[in-house]
Amino acid sequence: MSLRMTAAIVGAAETDSVAIQPDMSSLMLHAEAAFNALADCGLTKDDVDGVLCAGQSPVSVAEYLGITPTYIDGTSVGGCSFMIHVRHAAAAIQAGLCSVALITHGESGRSRVGMGGWGSSKQMPGAQFEEPYGVAGPPTRFTIPILRHMHEYGTTHEQLASVAVATRRWAEKNPRAMMRDPITIEDVLNSRMIAYPVHLLECCLVTDGGGALVVVSAERAKDFPKKPVYVLGTGESSEHSMISQMHDFTESRAFKVSGQLAFNEAKIERKDIDHAMFYDAFAHTPMFALEALGFVGKGESGPFFEEMRTAPGGDFPLNTNGGGLSYTHTGMYGMFAIQESVRQLRGEAPAQLPDLRTSIAHGVGGMFHAAGTLILTNDERA
Amino acid sequence: MPKRPIPEPTPDTAEFWAGARRGELRIQRCNACGKAYFYPRPFCPFCSSKDVAWFTATGRGKLYSYVINNRPAYGFQDYAPYVIAVVQLDEGPRMMTNIIGVEPTPENLPIDLPVEVTWEKQDDVITLPIFRPVGAAT
Repeated sequence: MSLRMTAAIVGAAETDSVAIQPDMSSLMLHAEAAFNALADCGLTKDDVDGVLCAGQSPVSVAEYLGITPTYIDGTSVGGCSFMIHVRHAAAAIQAGLCSVALITHGESGRSRVGMGGWGSSKQMPGAQFEEPYGVAGPPTRFTIPILRHMHEYGTTHEQLASVAVATRRWAEKNPRAMMRDPITIEDVLNSRMIAYPVHLLECCLVTDGGGALVVVSAERAKDFPKKPVYVLGTGESSEHSMISQMHDFTESRAFKVSGQLAFNEAKIERKDIDHAMFYDAFAHTPMFALEALGFVGKGESGPFFEEMRTAPGGDFPLNTNGGGLSYTHTGMYGMFAIQESVRQLRGEAPAQLPDLRTSIAHGVGGMFHAAGTLILTNDERA
Repeated sequence: MPKRPIPEPTPDTAEFWAGARRGELRIQRCNACGKAYFYPRPFCPFCSSKDVAWFTATGRGKLYSYVINNRPAYGFQDYAPYVIAVVQLDEGPRMMTNIIGVEPTPENLPIDLPVEVTWEKQDDVITLPIFRPVGAAT
C-alpha cells in the first residue's frame, strides 16, 4: 500500500505572530493556528474528525477547540512530529478512520506560558547516562557529532558558518523573519562561542508561535479555495533517545531511512526536487540532511554550502523562509518547514520561487532522535 | 566538583552503578552474538538474546567527539568551559562523559585521543565515570 497522491493539504496557516508572545499560552497558539488553517480552507471545527498534534495531548487540543474526533494521534517525537502527522493523517484517511484531519502546533518556546515542565525522571536513560555530565539543552547534545564529521571529512568551521549565512539571505526577503540583517561568515565565526565548535549564529532562534494544517483525501482536494498541495511521498524513523548512542556521528540513520521511504513512495529522483526545507536547529542539521537524503555524497555537504548553492540565486533553494536559524524556532520547528513548502507550492511565499512542482520538507526530532520526511507537489497529475 | 544532577539507578542499571562504587566500569556482552553493549539492558540490543553477561571493561577508549561548553548547566557555573564528550570504549560501546585533567582547548583534545576512566563519587549510591587523557594527572 502506498500513500502516494492519496491525500492533500488544503488548509495551511501559521499563528498571527511567530515572534515573542508572552500573552499567548501554548494552547492559545494551537487554537489560533487551527482557526487560521480552517479559515484558509473554508471549514469550521465541526468539519474536523481527525486531530493530530505534538507537545500538547490531542485530547487537550480537541477539548480546547470543541472537537469530538474519530481519530487522534499524539505522536510527539520532537520537531519532525508534524511531517509524521501528515503521513499518519494520509494513512488514516485512506483507511477511513477520518476524513478531515487537523494537525496543530503551538509552542510558547520562548515565554514558556502554559507549557509542560522541563526535565525528565531521574531514572530515565538520559537522566542516568547523560544529564550528570552538565548537558545544557540541545546546544550541548545535538552538536556533539559535528567535530567527528569535521575529523572524518575535513568539514571546516567556515563551511558550517556558511549555512547560517545562506539561510540569512533568505530571511532578508521575509518580513516575518526575526533576524533579517545580512551576515558574513566572519560575523558568524566572531559571534559568541556557545559550545565549541558552535557559535551563537549557528544556533536556531527561540520563539513563540504555531501553525496548523488541514489534510483531506486527494479526491476532495479541489473542493477548497486554495491550490491543493498533494502528498507525493512520506517517511519516518527513529534512532536513539540519547545522542551518545547515535550509530555513526557522521550520518543520521533515521534521516536515511525516512528520506529513502519518501523517495520510494514518491517515485521521483533527487534531481526532480525543486525546493527543499531541511530542519535547521543548528547549522550542521541541514548538512546532515543533504547527505543522508542523498542529494550529495557522504561528507560532501560542506563545500556545497560554502559555494552558496542553497542561497538565493543558487541551484538548490533551501530554507527559503529563513529557517529556524533566522525566521522562527518555537522548539518543534517542523511545522514551519511544511508551511513554507506549502506556500512555495501555492505561489504564496515571501521569497517565491518560479515554476515549482515539488518540495521536500524534512524534519528532525530531538537531537537526531527521530525523522520525518514529506515530498509534496502541486501537480495533480504527478 | 560541580553540583551534578544525581540519577537514580533502575533494576536494569543497578549493576553498572554498583560497579562504579567499586571503581569498576561494568558493561554487558551478549553470549549469543558476542557484541558488547551499553547502556544496560537485560537483553542484547543487536540480536535480542537474553543470554547476556556483565563484565568489567578496561576503562580505556578514545575521544569520539565532543563540545566545549561555555553555557554551563545548573550546578556547573564555576566549571565552564568544560568538555562534554562521547568516548568509544576499547570494547566498542560509546558513552557520554566529561574529559578532565587537561585544559579544555581544541588543541588539547584531538579526535581519537586515547582516554581512560577515573571516578568521581557523588554520594553513597552514585559514583560517576569521568575520563581523562591516558597518563594525565587529575
